[in-house]
Amino acid sequence: MSVAIVDYGAGNLHSAAKAFERAARDHAKTPDVFVTSDADRVAKADRIVLPGVGAYADCKRGLAAVDGMIEVLNEQVGKNAKPFLGICVGMQLMASRGLEFETIEGLDWIAGDVTAMVPSEPELKIPHMGWNTIQVRDSGHAVLKGLATGDDGLHAYFVHSYHFATAREQDRLATFDYAGTFTAIVAKDNMIGTQFHPEKSQRLGLGLISNFLDWAP
Amino acid sequence: MLKARVIPCLDVKDGRVVKGVNFVDLVDAGDPVEAAKAYDAAGADELCFLDITASHEGRDTIYDVVSRTAEACFMPVTVGGGVRAVEDIRKLLIAGADKVSINTAAVKNPDFIREAAEKFGSQCIVVSIDAKQVNAPGDPDKFEIFTHGGRTPTGIDAVEFAKKAVALGAGELLVTSMDRDGTKSGYNIALTRAIADAVPVPVIASGGVGNLTHMVEGIRDGHATAVLAASIFHFGEYTIHEAKAHMQDAGIAMRMDDTI
Repeated sequence: MSVAIVDYGAGNLHSAAKAFERAARDHAKTPDVFVTSDADRVAKADRIVLPGVGAYADCKRGLAAVDGMIEVLNEQVGKNAKPFLGICVGMQLMASRGLEFETIEGLDWIAGDVTAMVPSEPELKIPHMGWNTIQVRDSGHAVLKGLATGDDGLHAYFVHSYHFATAREQDRLATFDYAGTFTAIVAKDNMIGTQFHPEKSQRLGLGLISNFLDWAP
Repeated sequence: MLKARVIPCLDVKDGRVVKGVNFVDLVDAGDPVEAAKAYDAAGADELCFLDITASHEGRDTIYDVVSRTAEACFMPVTVGGGVRAVEDIRKLLIAGADKVSINTAAVKNPDFIREAAEKFGSQCIVVSIDAKQVNAPGDPDKFEIFTHGGRTPTGIDAVEFAKKAVALGAGELLVTSMDRDGTKSGYNIALTRAIADAVPVPVIASGGVGNLTHMVEGIRDGHATAVLAASIFHFGEYTIHEAKAHMQDAGIAMRMDDTI
């Protein structure tokens, strides 16, 4: 099994790659994890990961600037239904549109907009930065198997000012509370996206990555 | 619910820890990566490396430290010290840092903050503010920024500079009270709160921690969302867990997960 981490110039791929390598090392299937900006290599991979930090528009432009990458993602994730994980802005790119600084089209895999978080308590700090718990909808999901969630569960590491407001509630697998309810994980068919950084979220994060490697959507 | 963060900070010089890290089970206490792993396992919420390497040749050692840390620790890492150019930030992020803190360079040239935030995103740009309380006793609070380890006054008002740094794109502020640093008499709460209440971004309290109650005060009274400490952890006076348990007992929501 091979896992492609898509390199499109959007920040820190090192830690995502290391977390996947660590999870892969402990994994029976010992998958081959590689970071690449080559659309052909992404096309041949069994699983695809799209990380991303920074501003939405920059990330989208960066992705569009990689020759053939968006086409390959649409084909492999959309048509061929390969397991896909988006992380942070990589997750937000799954949305129809991003409204950070300017309105820009996303990959439009999951209907909804990425908009500024506005907690109902104005003294709360933005970015939403640090460790928070997540609330998972009742049906659960294979990528969260064996992981304690909810108020007394494990924590995830977040750092962001915008969040993915999904058009359909069923696309939202998990939320977090920050004087308001915001999207922590989106899930649809073979796609999963986390607003938090699994590669920085210790037990919850490595567990989620390990489950993603097992996931057969 | 979002939790308050406890951040141990390691001073690194030429790739080695300078202030002792006094843990049992450390094969090489001078290796910052060994110390980072110990803090990771102990439940630190984040880790900070402050590179105090003076020589130009020695500066590359920090990239190796960060890179090896990112292979072993799955929590956020901030690196500061000597960050002067966009290229420094790029190299640290590529090595595996999650955030980079800018200090003197931001004071000298505030536009560097904007340049860095536009290039890499506000989420990874921490502006480090070293300040001293300069008003006479009884007069209204006044805080001034100092550079070069607290030796050089700048005449710049710390609260005004904090607002400016955030307007230029800083995603977080690390506020160190230079008159408290090393005294173990507690954070300068007036300074921490003046800045925390003036900006919308998270503030990390730093400088002067001597006991665990000081950490409670940093969050509760200083309105910081994270507390940074060095010596009380490095010399084994308190463990990370003791700090977090004490803060939780004081009514602050803390992350008490078992680690890996």
